[in-house]
Amino acid sequence: MHPIALQEGADLDGFRRAVRRLAAARAAPDEVLWSAGAPSLFGAAAGASPADGAPVRLPQAVGRLIETVVCHSDPERYALLYRLVWRVLNGERALLDRHADPLVHRLERLDKAVRRDIHKMHAFLRFHTVPDPDGGERYAAWFEPDHHIVEAVAPFFVERFESMVWTILTPKGSLHWDRQRLMSGPPAERPDSPADDRFAEGWQRYYESTFNPARVNPAAMRAEMPRKYWANMPETAAIPALIRSAPARVQAMLEAEAAIPRRRTPEKAVAAMARQAPANLEELNSLIRRSEPLVPGATQAVTGEGPEGAAIAFVGEQPGDREDREGRPFVGPAGQLLTAALAEAGIDRNGVYLTNAVKHFKFVQRGKRRIHQSPTAGEIKHYRWWLLTELGFVRPRLVVALGATAALALTGRAVPVLRERGPMAFDGWDGFVTVHPSHLLRLPEEAERRKAQADFVADLRRAAALARGRR
Amino acid sequence: MDDALIEKLGILADAAKYDASCASSGAKPRRGGKEGLGSTTGSGICHAYTPDGRCVSLLKILLTNHCLFDCVYCINRRSSNVRRARFTVEEVVRLTLGFYKRNCIEGLFLSSGIIRSPDHTMEQMMLVARTLRRDHGFAGYIHLKTIPEASPWLIEQAGLWADRLSINLELPSDHSLKAFAPEKNGGTIKAAMGQVNERILEAREERRRFSPAGQSTQLIVGADDATDRSVLETSGTLYQRYGLRRVYYSAFSPIPEASSVLPVKPPPLQRENRLYQADWLLRYYGFTVEEIASGGENGMLDLGIDPKLAWALKNRERFPVDVNRADREMLLRVPGLGARAVDKILSARRHARLRMEDLARLSSGLRRSRPFLIAADYHPTGGLTDRLDLRRRLVTPSSQLSLF
Repeated sequence: MHPIALQEGADLDGFRRAVRRLAAARAAPDEVLWSAGAPSLFGAAAGASPADGAPVRLPQAVGRLIETVVCHSDPERYALLYRLVWRVLNGERALLDRHADPLVHRLERLDKAVRRDIHKMHAFLRFHTVPDPDGGERYAAWFEPDHHIVEAVAPFFVERFESMVWTILTPKGSLHWDRQRLMSGPPAERPDSPADDRFAEGWQRYYESTFNPARVNPAAMRAEMPRKYWANMPETAAIPALIRSAPARVQAMLEAEAAIPRRRTPEKAVAAMARQAPANLEELNSLIRRSEPLVPGATQAVTGEGPEGAAIAFVGEQPGDREDREGRPFVGPAGQLLTAALAEAGIDRNGVYLTNAVKHFKFVQRGKRRIHQSPTAGEIKHYRWWLLTELGFVRPRLVVALGATAALALTGRAVPVLRERGPMAFDGWDGFVTVHPSHLLRLPEEAERRKAQADFVADLRRAAALARGRR
Repeated sequence: MDDALIEKLGILADAAKYDASCASSGAKPRRGGKEGLGSTTGSGICHAYTPDGRCVSLLKILLTNHCLFDCVYCINRRSSNVRRARFTVEEVVRLTLGFYKRNCIEGLFLSSGIIRSPDHTMEQMMLVARTLRRDHGFAGYIHLKTIPEASPWLIEQAGLWADRLSINLELPSDHSLKAFAPEKNGGTIKAAMGQVNERILEAREERRRFSPAGQSTQLIVGADDATDRSVLETSGTLYQRYGLRRVYYSAFSPIPEASSVLPVKPPPLQRENRLYQADWLLRYYGFTVEEIASGGENGMLDLGIDPKLAWALKNRERFPVDVNRADREMLLRVPGLGARAVDKILSARRHARLRMEDLARLSSGLRRSRPFLIAADYHPTGGLTDRLDLRRRLVTPSSQLSLF
């Protein structure tokens, strides 16, 4: 006979050491006498001893099952688990797939019970505020789990309430989190009923109000929230009265005659609802400025610039680093190039409308530099409604797409800019496609750049002529 | 929290409770860390159950129950005499954080009556979500009820902060919508669903966060004369065309301050239950709307038995099914066998021929399955599947509470 004494609660380490020793001794399950309830060794380091055998290799699913089942309060849990380990080690590696095997079936039920207990503790535990000597916020809770799951629930509460200071007391152990470290403590006694702030009262009102008396079904409620949990959930105090009064409330609703509205129809307000679209460019721009960038990071939205009714509207890609800081379009290096090219083509920058397909700067930070990132097709589409509404207010004779992003925004398809540069019909607008001025900045060869610059200026002249031609 | 705020909470929770959706699942894992608050884990938690058997997972409230719309089925329509109240953005934020810190909720479900304009209302709701996320580092779940009449840019802003967006279709057909909800328009609602779906797909592809838990909708059952078949056809379209995660069915419930246009007597709650079962068959069990509807009569599901059993009773020639041989698709069609039981059967039968006592450990619905299956030691004798009284033998008298 091999007597094994494990500690009170979920003694996973003790069980693991025992399994190694028993496996090394090839001890059959019937030769082992398990007992749990040895006094807990708080603080005592129970490390490996030379008498332990080598680690036992088990399928992952078996390891996971053991971790849960050791939490169960069934005194037979260790004996059942060792029976499983023994069979797995003796030729039945895939035992856990045999869900119909009586041992597997029983262990699965234990596993399920522990998981349910953990889930219910996550769900039904209620924190209340407690006085804090340092004047901060402190929270405490009392809960009575069926199984030894206090350690198992800790990660959930730490993750969710990492920024709070809290204590959880249970008859099976306690937890304390001080925003830095988690401390486990001994079993606790039920504390005196707490005097909570008014949130508990507010929560009860919410609970009562969200209940629909026409659907009363206490059995369904109790199946999911058995009575044993009610004692520690303040809102459940309302349950008896809610159930009692439900039939009368429903009867009253069914008997009540449809009432004549006390207030007259707010005709003006109903009519005004339809006029919610921005009425002018200023209102639209204010919407754009209030909105969050789709990709976080930008300092501000950069809206268009130039007179309404301008003959030509130029649409670029998105604001760059300078534009993002200054809040104006085309003021960075590419913008300066555009300004120069416009002058060369005989176009007054102040007489045209300048804007971007995307209104926020998107970048990655590299050290101190913010490196421009092209917007994705989805992002371009997201900003499209604004762009089209904006052009609707400006009403230019010709819309010039500078580069592929603008062309995509205005046509809804990917346009190979160098091949298709020139006049093009946009969705509802006479359009023209040419390169973005930043294209010129990226060309390495001086000769190539000069040629591209000349082509760009020629495009601008052509666009200006087109816009004039339609005057 | 003072008396006035508690009073408002009562009014605006009462006004929001007819929305059936409550799920807090499907969100990408997120945590608030030391500076923020909260976490989402992917599967939601029900923090309490009310005596109607429904779960309390999110703080489900309206920003206001003032409304310019006049939808007859709605307690908050402009012609209703219900008490009105209105939260400020700050108040909703304070309530959400307060209840969340006490572990009462997974997050917020915010809806609203339409005040001033759809855009104005949507912007206020979006501001609640933005304040929670940006100013408080709130990492809990946020579900925003989207107003389809709001401008596209606002719906898209809302999607940046919410875990789930939903747009209620409410009525399955355009003509019911016209009759019962004069300010609404089926085309507008579907266009908004289409827009949200498109943005969700793009964001997923481009690895941006946009309503990561998808979108859902609600259909009210029993307020108009739509059949179960047409309700399910609508759902089928919504799942396929708009990529919806969930369609919720809400049996039209008697409301205080009811309109005279509505039926006085509500539909049996069982109808809603059967629709949910049918919806499940549609999504996870490989059934078509046509097959499900064929189990009932005149386009209505059988209220007495579940739709899978109803289908099996009308297709008896396909049974009994051998649990040791049949493929997954056919096993899923056996009444009483759920998807989980089927998977356990498939894995267990690789190791041994399954007998009835094995099946009893694998499935909890074996009583209903018996006439429809064959096991190593069992064959339904005497042509059990052919017996005319099979239906009666399988149905236990309903124990549902009746209030009428």
